Amino acid sequence: MLEITTTRHNPLVDPVLSVWSWEIPVYLFFGGMIAGMMVLAGLNMLRLARGERPESFYSVQTPVLGFVLLNLGMGALFLDLAHKLFVWRVYTAFEPTSPMSWGSWVLILVYPVLVASALIRLPQAWPWAGERLPVLHRLSDAILARPGLVKALAYANVLLGIGLGIYTGILLSTMVARPLWNSAILGPLFLVSGLSAAAAMVHLVSSLVPGHPAPRGFLGGAFAMLVQPLGANPPEPRTADGLVKADLGFLAVELVLIGLLFIGLFTSSASHAAAADLLLGGKYALVFWGVVIAAGIVVPLALQSLELGHRIPHTVVPALLVLAGGFALRWVMVGAGQASHMIAASGM
Amino acid sequence: MARFGMVIDTLKCVGCMDCVVACQTENDVPQGHCRDWIVTETRGTFPTLTMEIRSERCNHCDNPPCVTCCPTGASHVEDFGRTVQVTADKCIGCKACLSACPYGARFVHPDGYADKCTFCLHRVKDGLDPACVSVCPTHCMHFGDLDDPKSAVSQLLASRRHHTLLPEAGTKPRVFYLD
Repeated sequence: MLEITTTRHNPLVDPVLSVWSWEIPVYLFFGGMIAGMMVLAGLNMLRLARGERPESFYSVQTPVLGFVLLNLGMGALFLDLAHKLFVWRVYTAFEPTSPMSWGSWVLILVYPVLVASALIRLPQAWPWAGERLPVLHRLSDAILARPGLVKALAYANVLLGIGLGIYTGILLSTMVARPLWNSAILGPLFLVSGLSAAAAMVHLVSSLVPGHPAPRGFLGGAFAMLVQPLGANPPEPRTADGLVKADLGFLAVELVLIGLLFIGLFTSSASHAAAADLLLGGKYALVFWGVVIAAGIVVPLALQSLELGHRIPHTVVPALLVLAGGFALRWVMVGAGQASHMIAASGM
Repeated sequence: MARFGMVIDTLKCVGCMDCVVACQTENDVPQGHCRDWIVTETRGTFPTLTMEIRSERCNHCDNPPCVTCCPTGASHVEDFGRTVQVTADKCIGCKACLSACPYGARFVHPDGYADKCTFCLHRVKDGLDPACVSVCPTHCMHFGDLDDPKSAVSQLLASRRHHTLLPEAGTKPRVFYLD
């Protein structure tokens, strides 16, 4: 028998660590999805650099959506901070051992790359702004006239996207005190989950066509700009199929990585095995099995396979499920990870 | 350069909580929070039970994960005594250090920054012991330079069996418990 009593009673620490609430899963979800969108956008911008028409590629416009979502994610992160007025301190230091410091500086690079990438299509996508700010057209034309610049932007999108996606996992995985997080698999897992969420998000917004042609007003135009990655037309079946195929691959890899994560945890220390149990059979099991695995990966895999085989029509259902699963993955990992802790060898 | 540490004799500690009250008074610890606390660990099967009472706090680790994860350098190793300290006006309140600490030694101060035991560095600089050590009625707590072989803490560690908390975490804690 081992009985431990303590007089410690610190809020958010006792009885179970709960310093991070909904804000961090939201931030990690948006961060991962934006990372995935940057990778997809970058790969398609390489085709643009080869001289193909910009309107043909959905990803050219995703930087606009990514920029908006990034601000939402950063807003959630700011809400989480307990000492908000001192947030600027992040940019008065670079701490090479701190993943959060690396992430903060990567985000500083992500913003200008997203803005520059967004400028390529902004004047056409948002006619209201394009008519009032001719400089937008000049900037767009200047970028498109320089294939080398488009290529550089494309590589910057891919590299920063991979960096940002992995960072969202490494942020958690470097903490030895939290056995559930303390795995190198978490970085690639969050990257692939972000890619999957990105493909689902682009698929989802490309099916929301608010009007043809794009509304010319301020609000309607802004909305159209965000949800019409293909311009004013719905996606061609070939493009939709491409997204579905990509998502199938991401989901399959995600499932394998989750399996590897658990193999690593169960073959590690008792603390790690106990941490894995939190997801497989503990308080978080219902959300993990029901939303992350079943609704978020297995069902979309099945539905999208049937869609590709033309057995059922394309719908937004798989995309919605993938997004729900992607968020739920972050939510259970952040919650269960905080609940996981090191078990003293002397206490076993 | 000194490397401060603490040695606590669990055979003498009675869990009176004087150290906890002294810390709260000395450091104006906000109500409902604690920088040090008492843990009572009972193990075995009746009637062969053993009990250990410990006064716990930040371990001022030699390999502190709270310092390596801090994005601003607010959590840092102070030159004086190689202790782990927090600069409040550099802390953004991200709480990464709370997650990174395997001992749960940190908390969020109501003003928003991460807070924890400082080894009463302000007292030590004046040549005094930390408040918890100075009030202990059973004299079970000892403070000093672990790198000085003549210090009381070094001599106790050289002569008595001892352990640290969660050594498997690899943090190299500097609060030692005599068995």
